Amino acid sequence: MHELAVTESLLEIAIRHAREKNASRITGLYLVIGKWSSIVDDSVQFYWDIISDGTIAKGATLHFQRVPVVLTCQDCGKEYEPVGEEFACPQCGGTHAKIKTGDEFNLEAIDVEE
Amino acid sequence: MPLRIPVVEKILSANDRLAVENQARFDTARVLALNIMASPGAGKTSLVEQTLKGFSGRLRIGMINGDIATSFDADRAQAAGATAIQINTGGDCHLDAAMVQSAISQLDLGALDLVIIENVGNLVCPADFKLGTHKSVLVASIPEGDDKPYKYPGMYRGVDVVVINKIDLLPYVPFRMDFFKKGIEVLNPGVVQFEISCRTGVGLSSWLAWLDRQVQEFKHN
Ligand SMILES: Nc1nc2c(ncn2[C@@H]2O[C@H](COP(=O)(O)OP(=O)(O)OP(=O)(O)O)[C@@H](O)[C@H]2O)c(=O)[nH]1
Ligand SMILES: [Mg+2]
Ligand SMILES: [Zn+2]
Repeated sequence: MHELAVTESLLEIAIRHAREKNASRITGLYLVIGKWSSIVDDSVQFYWDIISDGTIAKGATLHFQRVPVVLTCQDCGKEYEPVGEEFACPQCGGTHAKIKTGDEFNLEAIDVEE
Repeated sequence: MPLRIPVVEKILSANDRLAVENQARFDTARVLALNIMASPGAGKTSLVEQTLKGFSGRLRIGMINGDIATSFDADRAQAAGATAIQINTGGDCHLDAAMVQSAISQLDLGALDLVIIENVGNLVCPADFKLGTHKSVLVASIPEGDDKPYKYPGMYRGVDVVVINKIDLLPYVPFRMDFFKKGIEVLNPGVVQFEISCRTGVGLSSWLAWLDRQVQEFKHN
């Protein structure tokens, strides 16, 4: 569980971008989190409520967007979602894939007030 | 009126920046750096001990050991001939680039050929935190079971090398090597693999030969 460190980092980035725009308050954060990243939404929310207290981001809503895992087959080019223990390509049976989406862990945007 | 500002920044960008700085320090000193990751008890320290023994008198090796508590592993590495720095993460489940940065400054990189970082035993979190190493090595072990690549894809996907340890236990534990390898290869085509036992020593010579080659190539390029 490293959500505390992660949440601190999130707060730092949000405040930095808000300051650059001379905003006085942050009201929302838009997070994009891949299914294969190790982050637990509830824990981020838990730490967020604690560490944002007393900052310009106090009370801001965290919007989580979970991105599914999509692999690209290196043999035939098919894009597919792996299911359970089946990682091989459903089209050609190929076993060489690259991850296309699913490991993101980004702050995409923030809502601020002047 | 609320205003939406695009940010598009990796949440761990601060860590990534420090990792780049760490790597620059290793590069300048021409020291190859390894990040060894595994679940608790897979045999990270045992692999380190065997590696130190194998290169004894030939390569100068520095160790950075990450653990939540204790300095047992650094003590073992020191006993096996390394200069070892212990980092106690105090509850954190992984090493991060800042912790490694402070450990690097306690090492005399100019007097080393190889730095091995033993991460905290954990198959989830270390994959998210770059340290600035050149190669990451995942130690898997037979008793953990053959389904781990499927359950921890984030970890298996991002590494350069998978060392399968404790193969001396294959006769006693159900483990489908084919199934296991299929799980690694789909996510990580062409990943370098070794099957070893730190207990009996089998397979260690190929690992040592590979690592030696990496160190030499890095030094002379
Ligand atoms: N049978 C067998 N046991 C092994 C082998 N390698 C390591 N062990 C045993 O596995 C246990 C854990 O080994 P360590 O090297 O301490 O594992 P680790 O990954 O460093 O553990 P942590 O740092 O605590 O996460 C020890 O009891 C070792 O003796 C092996 O190849 N075969
Ligand atoms: Mg250890
Ligand atoms: Zn295919």
